[in-house]
Amino acid sequence: MTSRSVQLSRRQDRRSRSATAAVDRPRHGWQKTTWIWVFLLPTVVLYGLYTIYPIIASYWYSLVEWNGFDSGQKFVGLSNYREVFADPLFWNSFKVTLLFMLLVVPARVLLTLLMAMILNSPKLPLIGVLRSAFFIPVVTTTAIIGVVMRFVLDPASGPVSSVLAKLGFGGVDFLGDQHLALPAAAVLYIWKFFGVTMIYWLAALQTIPYELYEAARIDGAGTWQLFRHITLPMLKPFLIIITVLTIEETFHNFDLMYTLTAGGPYFHTEIIEIYIYRWAFAAPIPQLGHASAAAVVFGLLVAIVGALQLWALYTGRRLRGEQR
Amino acid sequence: MTAELTVERSDRQRRILSRLPWWIAALVLVGIALVWIFPFLWMLSASLKDSMEMFSGGLRLWPDKFVWDNYARAWNDAHFGRYLINTILVTVITVVIVTVRCALAGYVLARYRFRGSKLFLGILVATLFVPTGYTIIPVVKISMQLHLIDSLSGMILALSGGAYVSAILLYYGYFRQIPRELEEAALVDGAGFVRTFFSVMLPLAMPVTATVAVLTFIATWNAFFLPLVFTFSRPDLRTVSVGMQAFVGETATDWSGMAAAGVISIVPVVVLFIFLQRYFVEGISGAVKS
Repeated sequence: MTSRSVQLSRRQDRRSRSATAAVDRPRHGWQKTTWIWVFLLPTVVLYGLYTIYPIIASYWYSLVEWNGFDSGQKFVGLSNYREVFADPLFWNSFKVTLLFMLLVVPARVLLTLLMAMILNSPKLPLIGVLRSAFFIPVVTTTAIIGVVMRFVLDPASGPVSSVLAKLGFGGVDFLGDQHLALPAAAVLYIWKFFGVTMIYWLAALQTIPYELYEAARIDGAGTWQLFRHITLPMLKPFLIIITVLTIEETFHNFDLMYTLTAGGPYFHTEIIEIYIYRWAFAAPIPQLGHASAAAVVFGLLVAIVGALQLWALYTGRRLRGEQR
Repeated sequence: MTAELTVERSDRQRRILSRLPWWIAALVLVGIALVWIFPFLWMLSASLKDSMEMFSGGLRLWPDKFVWDNYARAWNDAHFGRYLINTILVTVITVVIVTVRCALAGYVLARYRFRGSKLFLGILVATLFVPTGYTIIPVVKISMQLHLIDSLSGMILALSGGAYVSAILLYYGYFRQIPRELEEAALVDGAGFVRTFFSVMLPLAMPVTATVAVLTFIATWNAFFLPLVFTFSRPDLRTVSVGMQAFVGETATDWSGMAAAGVISIVPVVVLFIFLQRYFVEGISGAVKS
C-alpha cells in the first residue's frame, strides 16, 4: 500500500483525454452483433437469473401467501404489506437499520478522513506498515469476526472485560445489554470497515496536487490554514460521494449482525435483513410472502439511497468541474 | 577544519531533530495499530492455549505451553479441513467465472455501441447496490427449481451471478480509454472479433484483471448469507464462514478450538492481501474515481 497504489489523478487525466475517441460506431454486419451478444451471454444468464429476476420476482412473491419453498402460492393481494406495516417488529427493524446508519456513517466518514490525512503525510515513517495494519480487518471474513468478537467481548472471561475489571468496571455485557448492543455492534462495524473509507479518502487526497501546498507554504501559510483553505475545499465534492457510498455499505450488514447478536437482545439489533431472514428461514412455518413484502420495502429504501447516490455523483462531478 | 566538522554535525542534528516529531507520531500510531489488530493477535494466541489457560489467562498473549492439538480438533472434529476445501473450490471457480464474464461484458459495452447497450449499462448501474437480503428468497426458489440447491455448483452459480457490477464497470472504464488505433491495427493484421479481444485487449487489461480477481476472491471467501442458506440441509458443504457459526452453536465451550478454526479460515485471505494489496486498494479506490 504505497502512495503509488492510489494513483487517482494521473489515471483520470489519461482517461478523459482519450475517452471521446474510443467508442466504435456500428458499421459492421450481423456477425459482429452476434459476437457482441455471445460476449454478453454469461452476464445476461447469470446476472439475469440471480440478480435481475429476483428483483422482479420479489414483487410477485410479496403478493402471495406462501408457507415454505415446497408449498404452493396463493394470491392474497396486498395483505402481506398490510401485515408488514402493522407489525411493530418490522418498524423496529426499520428503526434499528436507520439508527445503525446514523451511528456508523458520521464516525466512519470523519474518523477515516482524519486517519487518511495523517497517513498521507509524506514525512511520516512506517507509512506502508501503518496503512496495512488499519486496513487488515477489511479483508477478513466478517462472519468469523462476528463470532470471535462474541468471545472477545464475553462478560465472564473475555479480554475486554478483564481490562475493564482491572480498571474497576466489572461484568459489562456489551452484546447482551439492550442499550449497549447496538452501539457496540456499530463500533465493531466501524472498526471492521474503517479501511475501506480510509482508502476512499486517500484516493481523494491524492487528487490534490502537492505543488498547491508548497506554493501556499512559500506564501507563509500554516498547517491549519493549509487544511482550511486547500484540503477542505478540494475534498468537498468527495465528501458527498464518500458519504453516500458509506451509507449504501451499511445496508449490507447481515454477516456481522447475525453472527454477533442474531438480532438480540429482544430484537434490539434486528436490522431489516435479519427480519427478512427470520420470517423466511428461521420461523417454524416460513412466511415467504411476508418476508418478500418486507424485502420489497427494504429494496425501495436502498433504491432511494441509490438515487441519492446518482445525484451525489452528478453533483460531485459538477463541483469538481467548477474548480478546474 | 574543526569548524567545518561542527557545522556538519549541527546540521545533521537539526535534521534528526526536525524528524523527531514524526517519529513520535509514528510510534503513537504503531501503538494504536497494535490495539487495532488486537482481536487477531488474541485469536492467534487463544488458538495455541489450552482451555484452562484460555479462561484464566486474561490479557497475556504468549501461551504458557503451546497446544497444537487445538488445530487438530478444528481440522478433524469440527470438519474445518473439509470446509476449507469447500471454500477454496467455491472461491476459485467463482473468481474464474466472474472475471471472465465481467471482462467480456465490460469489453463489449466499452467498445461497441449496439441496440440496447445504453439500457444494459443503465440496468447495471441501477442494480449496483442490491443487497443479498433482498434477493435471497427468489434465488433460493429458482435454485430449487433448477435442482441446484444443496450443492456447491448451485452455490457457485448464485455467487457468480450476484452483484459484481463494479467489476464490469472497472473493465468498462479501462477498455474505454484504450485508443481505437490499436483495434484497427489488429484488424489490419487479420484478427477477428474474438482474436482481437483475447490476444490484444485482454492482455492489456492485466492490471484490471488482477484487481477484479483479488476483489472477487476476498468477497467470495468471506461470503456468508448465500452459503448459509445453501447448506441448511447439507452440513458437509459448508464454507468456513458458515462452519464457524455452526461450530459455536454446537460446542459453545471449545474456545481454543474455535480460535484455531478462525485462524485456519482467515490466514489464506490475509496472506493473499499481504502479497496483492496493491490491486486490492486500486479496486476500492476505483469506487471514488468513477
